Amino acid sequence: MARAHSLRRRTITTAACWLVGLVIFFPILWMAVTSFKTELEAVEIPPKFLFFDWTTENYGVVQERSNYLLFATNSILLSLGSTLVGLLFAIPAAWAMAFAPGKRTKDLLLWMLSTKMMPPVGALIPIYLLFRDLHLLNTRGGMIAVLFLLNLPIIIWMLFTYFKEIPGEILEAARMDGATLWREIVYVLAPMAVPGIASTVLLNVILAWNEAFWTLNLTTTDAAPLTVFIASYSSPEGLFWAKLSAASTLAIAPILVLGWFSQKQLVRGLTFGAVK
Amino acid sequence: MKLMLRALSGACVLAALAFPAAADTKLTIATVNNGDMIRMQRLADDFTSKNPDISLEWVTLEENVLRQKVTTDIATKGGQFDVLTIGTYEVPIWAKKGWLVPLDNLGAAYDVDDLLPAIRSGLSLDGTLYAAPFYGESSMVMYRKDLFEKAGLTMPDAPSWDFIAEAARKITDPSGGVYGICLRGKAGWGENMAFLTATANSFGARWFDENWKPQFDQPEWKNTLAFYTQLMKDAGPPGASSNGFNENLALFNSGRCGMWIDATVAASFVTNPKESKVADKVGFALAPDNGLGKRGNWLWAWSLAVPAGSQKTDAAQKFIAWATGKDYLKLVAEKEGWANVPPGTRTSLYENPDYQKAAPFAKMTLDSINSADPTKPTVKPVPYVGVQFVAIPEFQGLGTQVGQLFSAALSGDTTVDQALQSAQAIATREMTKAGYIK
Repeated sequence: MARAHSLRRRTITTAACWLVGLVIFFPILWMAVTSFKTELEAVEIPPKFLFFDWTTENYGVVQERSNYLLFATNSILLSLGSTLVGLLFAIPAAWAMAFAPGKRTKDLLLWMLSTKMMPPVGALIPIYLLFRDLHLLNTRGGMIAVLFLLNLPIIIWMLFTYFKEIPGEILEAARMDGATLWREIVYVLAPMAVPGIASTVLLNVILAWNEAFWTLNLTTTDAAPLTVFIASYSSPEGLFWAKLSAASTLAIAPILVLGWFSQKQLVRGLTFGAVK
Repeated sequence: MKLMLRALSGACVLAALAFPAAADTKLTIATVNNGDMIRMQRLADDFTSKNPDISLEWVTLEENVLRQKVTTDIATKGGQFDVLTIGTYEVPIWAKKGWLVPLDNLGAAYDVDDLLPAIRSGLSLDGTLYAAPFYGESSMVMYRKDLFEKAGLTMPDAPSWDFIAEAARKITDPSGGVYGICLRGKAGWGENMAFLTATANSFGARWFDENWKPQFDQPEWKNTLAFYTQLMKDAGPPGASSNGFNENLALFNSGRCGMWIDATVAASFVTNPKESKVADKVGFALAPDNGLGKRGNWLWAWSLAVPAGSQKTDAAQKFIAWATGKDYLKLVAEKEGWANVPPGTRTSLYENPDYQKAAPFAKMTLDSINSADPTKPTVKPVPYVGVQFVAIPEFQGLGTQVGQLFSAALSGDTTVDQALQSAQAIATREMTKAGYIK
């Protein structure tokens, strides 16, 4: 009896999970389906879901018009680059805040987060002028710097919460054994915090990958990532949904694959340290 | 792990050092994602083969993104672009600020006098050309010949608003999913306000009087807005307050609209059987009037200009002369047919019998463009230039605010009177703040 009850419960839970998952995934599925329609079918009301003439014409147009590989390479370099540079700064910062907090650490954390509260357009002109004078407009180096600064508060916050869950006594023990600060962070702290660091890296790669305001405004061709690639397929005059869907599908494909392979790490990292 | 980390950080440093290398003369061209522009990119080999020392880099963006980016760049003299695609709204304002290079080096073969006078005057300041038109457009009525026939109606070449309203109400058949008229309702200075400002001109209204005093408290504006909201309520599609050009294009092409008043460039979309279900059933007419001597059509030209921050002005002008010259029109005709030639810029194109034959909408486009005068857009005198906009820097913000009020009046959230009152208050405040009203 009890077994039948739990089986029913499990079926219901699984079905509910699938339903929620489908609802969340549906827009992406819809985009992928639309990318195989013609422009007229894409705007047709009522829309057709599966029964239409599937065509890969849009992908052909997108390939012909844009250098997808250049945009994708830039996206990979910018998102990985900015996240790694961010880690170099954030790990020591989070270490200090978690294990050697000062009187103002809490205020400092909040203050760092406050930089995310201003709309980015407020800083556009000053940053643009700086970039112009430093010859950083449309360069990968400049974009890595911007994305790194943009995500630094989030990286520090995430690492801080993970580090706080690690007992300070272990680090103390390492110090007692004569470990230097560098060794303590690299050989003792980092291995214990790997799930936390991994999920921080993943989340920030995704954030940098999706960042559209600065990448659109500060790059033109050489350093332009996939956000610029997508933006070039929206049109004020003329139907564009199918082509835009094809471009968007191409743009999210790499990050989707990355997310798929690392979902175990991501989930482990996100639930790390919580009361289980 | 360690090795990977090293490799990745090495890659970052390399990437950081990889500044773009300078070619002999590389022109960076900012452009919008419109059919004619994309065609120009495809045909640009013709230019580079004639000018082997010049290479072209394209930055194609959506209109609003492009406008923001190009404005930032030109205001800070960032020098990211050598050729800009801008419209008739920006040209007079930017030229006045000294942000654009005068186009005085287009070559002897360019034939400036061949440009359509209305378009040319919209792109000039004190007689000097600051941008060359790539394609020009006005607005007109597109209608379904089959639905008109069924309702026993005949569309005149130059209809009045009363006729349009009557026909729209007669054709509407919500149970069959057909609405008499589709018009813009989405808020924005270039969306609903382009249509409504042009319509208001034909109702005798104006944005400002000679002393820059806003005129939304005058009966002409009330007539315009009351007519528009009532007509859309009776004969428009549901949810019209979120419809812009593309939404209406989709509705019209799937057979839901009896009439659509919008940009002349739509003519080639609605008659294209690949994109439109009603391609063979579309007729064209001039934008409507009210017998006051002004029609409700606008004037716009996507144009190419050289920003003052560019270091390559000679090469840039060479490119502009190629893209907007007579030979380019011939090149497009040769490769893709006369119907695909960018319209609305040159007199000689409309005198060409091949073009007249290939483009059934040619005459209507030309008549529409010719009947719009950006320097005298309204029945009563005004202190500004521009048909469906007011060519002052403040208009983008103000026009969008007023557009939101009028969009709310269309959706029924506010009344026409409330919308006009708020528009008057906002316009008065903004114009006083900007120093126009003393």
